[in-house]
Amino acid sequence: MTEELTDLTISEALLGLESGDFSARELVEAHISAMERAKALNLFITETAEMALASSDMCDSRRRKSKAGVLDGIPIVVKDLFATENIVTTAGSKMLERYVPPYESTVTKKLWSSGAVMLGKANLDEFAMGSSNETSFFGPVENPWRSNEGDYQFVPGGSSGGSAGAVSARVAMGATGTDTGGSIRQPASFCGVVGLKPTYGRCSRWGIIAFASSLDQAGPITRTVRDAAIMLGVMAGYDSKDSTSVNLPVPDYTGALTGDIRGLRIGIPAEYGLEGLSNEINALWKKGIEWLKEAGAITVPVELPHTHYALPAYYIVAPAEASSNLARYDGVRYGLRVEGDSVQDMYEKTRTEGFGAEVRRRIMIGTYVLSAGYYDAYYLKAQKVRTLIKQDFTNVFSSVDALITPTAPTAAFRFGERSNDPISMYQNDVFTVPASLAGLPGISVPVGLTSGGLPLGLQIIGKPFDEESVLKIADAIEALAEFSSRPQTWWLDKSDNGSPTV
Amino acid sequence: MALDIATVRRVAALCRIRVSDTDLSTMEAELNEILHWVEQLTELDTDDVLPMTRVVDVDLPMRDDVVSDGDCADKILVNAPASAQGFFSVPKVIE
Repeated sequence: MTEELTDLTISEALLGLESGDFSARELVEAHISAMERAKALNLFITETAEMALASSDMCDSRRRKSKAGVLDGIPIVVKDLFATENIVTTAGSKMLERYVPPYESTVTKKLWSSGAVMLGKANLDEFAMGSSNETSFFGPVENPWRSNEGDYQFVPGGSSGGSAGAVSARVAMGATGTDTGGSIRQPASFCGVVGLKPTYGRCSRWGIIAFASSLDQAGPITRTVRDAAIMLGVMAGYDSKDSTSVNLPVPDYTGALTGDIRGLRIGIPAEYGLEGLSNEINALWKKGIEWLKEAGAITVPVELPHTHYALPAYYIVAPAEASSNLARYDGVRYGLRVEGDSVQDMYEKTRTEGFGAEVRRRIMIGTYVLSAGYYDAYYLKAQKVRTLIKQDFTNVFSSVDALITPTAPTAAFRFGERSNDPISMYQNDVFTVPASLAGLPGISVPVGLTSGGLPLGLQIIGKPFDEESVLKIADAIEALAEFSSRPQTWWLDKSDNGSPTV
Repeated sequence: MALDIATVRRVAALCRIRVSDTDLSTMEAELNEILHWVEQLTELDTDDVLPMTRVVDVDLPMRDDVVSDGDCADKILVNAPASAQGFFSVPKVIE
């Protein structure tokens, strides 16, 4: 029974709870047991099993009184970038190792109001800066998937690696992630799950530890598109505490999942057919296009001529904003303090010891591109290029409803494979960053495996605030792809052995 | 626009991060590699392009200029590494 409960999707579990097949307590217990047996994956920075059990009893009591919320009794994990009241929130950094927020983020508050139950805080790249989870101060998450080509360990992608890993390993039914340049979609692709980045402004950023404020956006990671639609419906909405959240009604996202995409026009951007893109990914992309045609959609070749410049523009804009956002960590108001001879000395020691190498590198780049004499050449230039990238999308969206692309140029890679080469690591975001720069919604849907047995996803990018079309098309692809593979449970009851062997 | 060691030192000072002498040249090389890579943006003519200031086309909301929160000094100080009498405390800044 326990194993069956962890296999359910959110929508299945909600039906089971409502018809009394099992209680919220049983559902949460099954997931706590899965969490306890998955220590080897290093998915969590903080586990909150006791709180989850206490909440589950309240869920059962609400359901008995017919007062259950939309996600009542559903066990989820929260990326440790969302402030959770009285529960340590680290951002994967030594800087915030002991930080206990006195307030709750808007998105998590909405989830708890709908009855969702938190199993714990998921591991992530430090301050969400990374594409492999290797920059976490708490050690990397290991991808639940292993290839059939040897006993290698793979990264789960990043930065929401713990979130994607937990959903993939059947430890949680869903997770919150955040996406700045691909941090929901790329780990979803690497772990064989669904990851949705909504339009910038769709979800409140209040209480999410800031990385790059003009790009950061929260979204769900789940095992099905329907579950993503259910979670987004709870997470989305205007919040007066975030002036960039947008005051638009939140539609019934599950209502969009009609399965009918006949007549929709879906663009295939020529520029995403990168030279050197693996045959497997190309073939899967083609297959995705065939599926869309099969379902009655009209596929149209389109051009997004500035795509090539998205990554370099992103790696100016994001570090610039990060350097500004992370200036607040100075050892004074919260977080780590390393004592020094003077205030200046204290600042420097605190920041040098509190931040890891990748975060320091990005702060340095960001400080440089914003500094006097270089601002126009780098930052202003990048913001102009961002305008061009957004115009590319606006142009194609006058003739198509959405776009289909691969999510990432590779499947999951091995630990250490890219960590010594920042640019090679950055390249992994090549297909996700353009939509981020343009603020557009994008989803990754798992559709197949490499010959080595690792999952791959396809990405659907939509018009601003048209998450409904994105979900509708992703749902249709999901139905035709019939992706039912799952990772072997090699991790069960293995002890957490800290950092993985390469 | 290549960075030299002196610039790396200056940038590090600006962002209050200490780079040891032994790490300076590694940092110089890493930053130069990244900066060289982003310089491909110069291939684009952007003279007549406006820089992006907001990614979605909505007007920022306005609200009345009134206090909406406060009286929570204890909460604000709860995570302070050092505080005294309702204030954050830092090493002496004036001799």
